[in-house]
Amino acid sequence: MSARVVTITSGKGGVGKTTITANLGVALAMRGQRVVTIDADIGLRNLDVMLGLENRIVYDLVDVVEGRCRLRQALVRDKRLQELYLLPAAQTRDKSALRAEDMVRVCNELRESFDFLLVDSPAGIEQGFRNAVAPADEVLIVTNPEVAAVRDADRVIGLIEAEGKGPARLIINRLKPELVRRGDMLDTEAVLELLAIDLIGIIPEDETVIVAANTGRPVAFTDNSPAGRAFHQIARRLMGEEVPFAPLKEPGFLERLFRWMRFEGEEQQ
Amino acid sequence: MKLLDRLLHRQEPPSGEIARERLRLVLAHDRANISPGLLEVLKDEIIAVISRHVPIDPDGVQVTYTEGPRVNRLVADIPLRTERRARR
Repeated sequence: MSARVVTITSGKGGVGKTTITANLGVALAMRGQRVVTIDADIGLRNLDVMLGLENRIVYDLVDVVEGRCRLRQALVRDKRLQELYLLPAAQTRDKSALRAEDMVRVCNELRESFDFLLVDSPAGIEQGFRNAVAPADEVLIVTNPEVAAVRDADRVIGLIEAEGKGPARLIINRLKPELVRRGDMLDTEAVLELLAIDLIGIIPEDETVIVAANTGRPVAFTDNSPAGRAFHQIARRLMGEEVPFAPLKEPGFLERLFRWMRFEGEEQQ
Repeated sequence: MKLLDRLLHRQEPPSGEIARERLRLVLAHDRANISPGLLEVLKDEIIAVISRHVPIDPDGVQVTYTEGPRVNRLVADIPLRTERRARR
């Protein structure tokens, strides 16, 4: 048994990499997979707070690489799930504390004991990004349906291909169906056509994600939120299952008519 | 619905469509590493070379980059300043 190393990256910051890494970790572990989430964002550690594990960290990734502890000692086990672990980033160091071959070595050491290693990449396309991509068997690119994020995603897709790590798959995060319907947001088809890449998931904008970040309990723990369900679908696809992409929930005829009438009414006032 | 919307209320396309068009251009330029600035430089030099031999309308010259399914190309559109009577 050997783990698959999946790196989650984006180019642009703030599109949801860390949230997605945390939730995919939870969703995969709930499906019986043995998972380590690895925070490769040295100096800007965040995956720990997303998972609600910030108070349990003793050692970090840089401690492992520099020989201050054994790899097993740095792994923080999530008590809510059988087989979910966090390998935290160092908070007081910077990206130069790690080299690509360090990441490869650490991941290789973890491979035999786990099913998935999820690497949360820092934003940007510099050393930190290269470190995160170096051990990857596959890469997931996160984007939002907006111009700047899609542009940066395209750049990263090119770099991933140049590294021989492609083809990457795309996660479209924070899609607002209502805006798409109005024509005021890039739709899934447009993004896929522009980036010429395969899709692995669409995550709708969902306020419960904010609540989850506040409390440190990722939405994927339950599947009663739209985003939670989306994370579980991506987890199933990662595990090789064919999960159809549900179309955006269209409003019914009456709802559309009502909305239309209301819209017209406002215009006349 | 969208069409009706546009007929009734909107002069310009919805912003999602504008985003798509802007991205199409930006990505094309990013991928080819040909910036709009470089296109301007090319345009100026093309105007200088051609007008040394043929009279052209420098204001009408357009140099664009297009992505095709098989090959990407630079297209230079150069209107000539020709005598009108030649058409009759």
